[in-house]
Amino acid sequence: MVIYGVYIVSKSGGLIFNHDHNVPKIEVEKPFNYPLDIKLAYENKKIVVAFDQRDGIHVGHVLTAVNGQPVTGKELDDGRDVLEMLKKQENYPITLKFSRAKMTTNEKIFLASMFYPLFAIASQLSPEPRCSGIEVLETDTFRLYCYQTLTGVKFMVVAEPSQTGMEILTKKVYELYADYALKNPFYSLEMPIRCELFENNLQSLLDTVEKSGISNV
Amino acid sequence: MSRNVIKLDAKKVNSELFTLTYGALVSQLLKDYENVEDVNKQLERMGYNMGIRLIEDFLARTGSGRCYDFKDTAEKIQSGFKIFLGITPSITNWSVAGDEFSLCFETNPMSEFVELPDHCLSLKYCNLLPGVLRGACEMVQMEIASWFVQDQLKNDSVTELRVKFIKRLEDAIPAGED
Repeated sequence: MVIYGVYIVSKSGGLIFNHDHNVPKIEVEKPFNYPLDIKLAYENKKIVVAFDQRDGIHVGHVLTAVNGQPVTGKELDDGRDVLEMLKKQENYPITLKFSRAKMTTNEKIFLASMFYPLFAIASQLSPEPRCSGIEVLETDTFRLYCYQTLTGVKFMVVAEPSQTGMEILTKKVYELYADYALKNPFYSLEMPIRCELFENNLQSLLDTVEKSGISNV
Repeated sequence: MSRNVIKLDAKKVNSELFTLTYGALVSQLLKDYENVEDVNKQLERMGYNMGIRLIEDFLARTGSGRCYDFKDTAEKIQSGFKIFLGITPSITNWSVAGDEFSLCFETNPMSEFVELPDHCLSLKYCNLLPGVLRGACEMVQMEIASWFVQDQLKNDSVTELRVKFIKRLEDAIPAGED
């Protein structure tokens, strides 16, 4: 029973709220000897594992630290180029830390605005008139549930494929939004939601659903 | 806070508290603006701003779907009054074209202890309500106009609120709804 996150997209397609709920953190730290038996590549301003996965280090994981020093882009904090450093034998043995790539806020905003036309296309492709647009998007590792209100706001929940009752959960989140975001006089419509009460109540809703199922909410 | 054990029956508050708070608001507006017309306008505007938020609360609680005819809308507005003010106005005086109806209030909690003084006989005391209706309907892509034709405060036997359908806001309808 895992809920990965909740997203709210405004009528005009902008991400106004996101909440990462329960994303398991994966971090592996391991010493390596010369020559490095794992293929690394620099893409999207990150050093990622390109090939040869093992010991919990998977293709796509990001190099986050070398000998305990954090890596930013392809450089260490003191300005040394990590890829150059890994080519030289005198730097070994070396300890590398890998973790799963985290999405930045910018990437989330980007993805949210990408979902918007996808939703519109889906409703246009429909062979029948009055199609609802995407309600569930399924993959092998998660399901995305989307509920669009009559006013055009979209509530999305990303959860494990086995998780049930998520359609109801999206409506519960809508209730919380109506209560704690819209009744807050300092919240202006269409703007990012920064309301502590909303977040706290959402957090406790998600916790209850994970622990004891949707029927107890 | 507002939602405890029984979900639909949100936290109740004594209607007198609400009546008095609204009264305080109106009398403050009368102090702030010299002109009664301005107060009417301001009340309508405040109502509009409440309506565009209140509609989400209504939809989230009732889970009601989109209206495809104005009779449906009238009933939903009626149930909205039940939820938020605890009164059930009657729906009467349908126009022949079916695009106009009246809501008649026997009692109105908003003006319960009110008598209009002589210098503000043109004040529309409850002008917040037309604003709320306009804002709420606009958010569900429907343009309406609404105004008072009778008012108990002006010695009419009932308070009558007229609601007129103007048009559907087609370009504002979200994808997957058209």
